[in-house]
Amino acid sequence: MTRRRLQRYALPALALIGGLAFWEASVRINHIQPVILPAPSLIAATLVKDWPPLFRSLLVTLSITCEALIAATVGGTLIALLFARFRWIEEAFFPYAVILQVTPVVSIAPLLLVYLDSGGAVLVCSFLVAFFPILANTALGLSSVDHNLLDLFQMYRASRSQQLLWLRVPSALPYFLGGLRIGGGLALIGAIVAEIAAGSAGSGSGLAFRIIESGYRLNIPRMFAALVLISLTGIAIYLVLSAVSYLLLHRWHDSARSREA
Amino acid sequence: MSVGELDSTAVGTVAPRLVRLEGVCKTFANGTVALTGVDLEIRRGEFLSLLGPSGCGKSTILRLLSDLTGASAGWINWSGQEHNLGFVFQEPTLMPWACVFNNVWLPMRLKGVSRRDAQGPVMDALEKVGLSGFAKSYPRELSGGMKMRVSIARALVTRPAILLMDEPFAALDEITRNKLNDDLLQLKCELDATVVFVTHSVYESVYLSSRIVVMAPRPGRIVAEIEVPAPMPRDEEFRLGKLYAERCRETSAALHKAMGAAA
Repeated sequence: MTRRRLQRYALPALALIGGLAFWEASVRINHIQPVILPAPSLIAATLVKDWPPLFRSLLVTLSITCEALIAATVGGTLIALLFARFRWIEEAFFPYAVILQVTPVVSIAPLLLVYLDSGGAVLVCSFLVAFFPILANTALGLSSVDHNLLDLFQMYRASRSQQLLWLRVPSALPYFLGGLRIGGGLALIGAIVAEIAAGSAGSGSGLAFRIIESGYRLNIPRMFAALVLISLTGIAIYLVLSAVSYLLLHRWHDSARSREA
Repeated sequence: MSVGELDSTAVGTVAPRLVRLEGVCKTFANGTVALTGVDLEIRRGEFLSLLGPSGCGKSTILRLLSDLTGASAGWINWSGQEHNLGFVFQEPTLMPWACVFNNVWLPMRLKGVSRRDAQGPVMDALEKVGLSGFAKSYPRELSGGMKMRVSIARALVTRPAILLMDEPFAALDEITRNKLNDDLLQLKCELDATVVFVTHSVYESVYLSSRIVVMAPRPGRIVAEIEVPAPMPRDEEFRLGKLYAERCRETSAALHKAMGAAA
């Protein structure tokens, strides 16, 4: 491993260890009560002790996030393809996609609860926030094709479907994957925020509800434990989507290649 | 073939006409007159260079010939029904997501030729440009000159009746450019291809061409035609010869006159 790569991994790890040590020491030295600020060791212990309910909630949040992301990916891509094929549809509907994006999800969730059960409302909210970046990026990618390549396809009398499959779709791939990475993070944020707004409880409740519930019970270590799980889930989603992006792009796209030294 | 379709070429033999532009004008939507009254005949097997300053309509002639745009007035008459074209852009214009083989296969693939059936012609085209060992490489892994060779292989893979080249070597260094000039002439002779080559360079046009058409801008028009009656392929000896020097002087003078006429 080169010194540079070692630095890349070792420095953040050292920063984390240093931060946690400082936190632990501050809590112990100052005798801070867990209800004010729990020590990292207590949070870790709570994570182990309360693992069964936390894990159930994690699965709920993860499942909502994945369902929303899949729906946003399919929906965003299909609508982007429709926009690319029929310019008038894009002109007619894109402003409304923007309106949906800029309207805070917290304000939509109570309205959705009028029409849907809490699970459905959370899913729709999560879908709405993840949908726009995928749609906008894919639509941009489909229209950002090298004009000379377009001329080439036209010169060889390529059909619309050939042009779409062999030129527009591969051209749009880096844009789509960029949108997917943003959408993945937003789907999780959407699911959490919507769950807080919807206030769903019971056996089907996700990590957001665990945070609220722990807050009401002044179980602050569990609150932190749920928060750690949410962060780890976000990191995992980002890493998985980055890996997919790398696998699809590393042979040819500059974004997935390191510069020659 | 009618007598009217025959013309004498630069080297004195008789070659049939491939395409004729008659009174061709092109005005863009913003009102810019790109070409006016262009009469030009392109003969089978010749290497024709279009030389002139920026904005004189050289590339527009290539776009008209390749049907990428239509003429505002005038006619473009092709001899025969089929006019299979190959086009090389100023940039290599390769699909970065596709390997070299898939890039060269593209024109055949668009015509419905399967990968297996295209194997022979694609590898043959790659061999002709000296890249047979790079079929699986991606454009990102190639040098500028190699990418341009792939672009030429792609243009040649369908054995086009006419090869249109829009300043293909302008972005390359002089050494690579000279090498590709020699290789292009070699290929042209091997395939007996007709080439229409757009360039800004007097020296390149004289070295490569059997005929040079000098153009002036605003509006784009033909102002001179210069024959270069030397056999092909050519080499350094030709570059050091009297004919080359004479034609460079003559072409340069015609170009200066064209630019003076535009000013």
